Amino acid sequence: MDTLTNSTAYADAAINKLLSSEDKIRFLRDMCRIRRFEQTSLKYYNLGKMGGFLHLYSGQEAVAVGTISLCGENDHIITAYRDHGHALAVGMGMNECMAELFGKATGCSKGKGGSMHFFAPERNYWGGHGIVGGQTPLGAGIAFALKHKGLRGCCLCYLGDGAINQGPFHESLNLAALFKLPVIYIIENNGYSMGTSQKRSSAFRDNLAQRAEAYNMAWDVFTGEDVYEVRAKTQIAIDRAHNESAPTLLEIQTYRYYGHSVADANAKKYRTPEEIEQYKTQHDPIRIWTQHLVNEGLITESEVEEIDREAKEETNEAVRFAEESPLPDESDIISDVYWEVDNQTEGAKHGRYFFNT
Amino acid sequence: MAVITYREALKQALAEEIERDENVVILGEEVAQYNGAYKVTEGLWKQYGDDRLIDTPISEAGFIGMGIGAAMLGLRPVMELMFWSFAYVTYDQIVNNAGCIRYMSGGLINLPIVIRGPANAGTNVGATHSHTPENMLANMPGLKVVCPATAYDAKGLMKTAIRDNDPVMVMENTLLYGEKWEVPEEEYLIPLGLADVKREGSDITLIAHGRAVITCLKAADLLQAEHDIRAEVIDLRSIRPLDETTILSSVRKTHRALVVEENKPFCGVGAQIASMIQEQAFDDLDAPIGRISSIDAPAIYSPPVEKKQLPDAPRVIAKVLEIC
Repeated sequence: MDTLTNSTAYADAAINKLLSSEDKIRFLRDMCRIRRFEQTSLKYYNLGKMGGFLHLYSGQEAVAVGTISLCGENDHIITAYRDHGHALAVGMGMNECMAELFGKATGCSKGKGGSMHFFAPERNYWGGHGIVGGQTPLGAGIAFALKHKGLRGCCLCYLGDGAINQGPFHESLNLAALFKLPVIYIIENNGYSMGTSQKRSSAFRDNLAQRAEAYNMAWDVFTGEDVYEVRAKTQIAIDRAHNESAPTLLEIQTYRYYGHSVADANAKKYRTPEEIEQYKTQHDPIRIWTQHLVNEGLITESEVEEIDREAKEETNEAVRFAEESPLPDESDIISDVYWEVDNQTEGAKHGRYFFNT
Repeated sequence: MAVITYREALKQALAEEIERDENVVILGEEVAQYNGAYKVTEGLWKQYGDDRLIDTPISEAGFIGMGIGAAMLGLRPVMELMFWSFAYVTYDQIVNNAGCIRYMSGGLINLPIVIRGPANAGTNVGATHSHTPENMLANMPGLKVVCPATAYDAKGLMKTAIRDNDPVMVMENTLLYGEKWEVPEEEYLIPLGLADVKREGSDITLIAHGRAVITCLKAADLLQAEHDIRAEVIDLRSIRPLDETTILSSVRKTHRALVVEENKPFCGVGAQIASMIQEQAFDDLDAPIGRISSIDAPAIYSPPVEKKQLPDAPRVIAKVLEIC
């Protein structure tokens, strides 16, 4: 990760000049909330309170917070299975997210989706998708719908570096460029496709985003540790989508502190402790942002501690909420399958929909 | 009443729904400027233009997924697969995205998308282009599957499918595209989940969907003329939802049942139906339930032999004579 640098030059970008001190402090709060949410999730996962997989976002916070902070009314978001950070960044509550992890009826998906499948369409957040690269055609489709409806907006479609070798991703790039769709594909490159490093999983010359050249699509590659840089660079792509209805492929270099998922048995084998430590001390997005705010005189160390303490308290409250929430009823297993059935429409009057004996 | 082809009936349904709802868009390979590989969309691009008919590259996983994404935002995409066989290259999009997103979002999202195209063997195009995945997709809760057998049903079911707020897979048949039936001038809709008794009878119930219905009707004519057996023919029309009531009431009347399909036998639609009949109408049966399917191998190319791989009237008649 020696390509990462702590640059402050992007603070002067026009889009960052517009930020109020409240905005900047909110970004810190949001990143702290994501960090604390993930730490708490891990704790309760290890206590056996959750099932399945848990893909933690810790270390990547500036990407979700920075990019999503640029979104307006007609901008939409869709991502893969490492989706908690984006969920909190779009404004989903910790309670509904934690309850989903606990498999409770009060979860954002009523306990039917789990960690990989958070959704909040009312916040333009379309998931949370479990199959590597499977969300990338959906991102093109969201952009297609925006264009068809004549709305000035775009879709930010996130994927990991492990997804770039999936066929549907390449098909999506072709469709996006061919149909001039306002979609921005954001490769959150944390260096590892599960346990396989970028060099062992992908063929490339200089970087991964360069593949966009083959589709005559604009691209950029930059580091994801500094919210200023993430915002400055991403805004260029958003302007391109809004003004020219043209797609962009962004590669944002970042790092995850934990394994691919909590079930990643080799998480401490394919990376050295030194590598992880080096990122945490020199490239941590929360540290870097805190430093900006302190340097700008917007916040004191004790106020930073207070923000972190509040985030921790909020996660603890979310755990309490999740623990006390009811499980879905067994009868809930067969609701939310068909819209027409759930809404008891004319269209659902005939025929058998479920075949339990 | 006008007599039109199955193909024309589908086109009328598409045109009427394009006019009715600005969210209806048609996407697929060769659907626009080429006028459709099987001419189902012939003339629609000229009439409705680039905004409503969109040629896609040969990229099924990409464009079917794109349609699903567009449906999330409220469009009503009608996606053409040149062959339903190509669903296998976009299986993840259909099953995991169209089939599961509503459920995994706890009902927050619905997907008003139609995926349509021909799903049949019998045209000597080899195994890769001859798949009939209605059983596989009906196996996925969240998806709906319809298989129209006539022009009348094709039009009425297609219009309903487009207005439906869930993903509907419409499986057509290239061997039926040029066949003609009576279709009324005035607008009509056919609900999903409602079977149609295509011929009344009292001695045995033949249950079929898609082109197998036509095979059963031919067989029923011959059974009456040559064997004095009056077969009732039930056209399922919709596989999921499935009209269990019509099947059971017919079997309770005839006391014998034969399920005929162009699908393969293992875990075919007929297996589900036979299971339901034995469970709910066992005491009404005077004979074991019969099943006829395509002969259990990948579709053979050899034109004269492929005809024999699919169920035909002689095979239906022979089986009926065993049962009755």
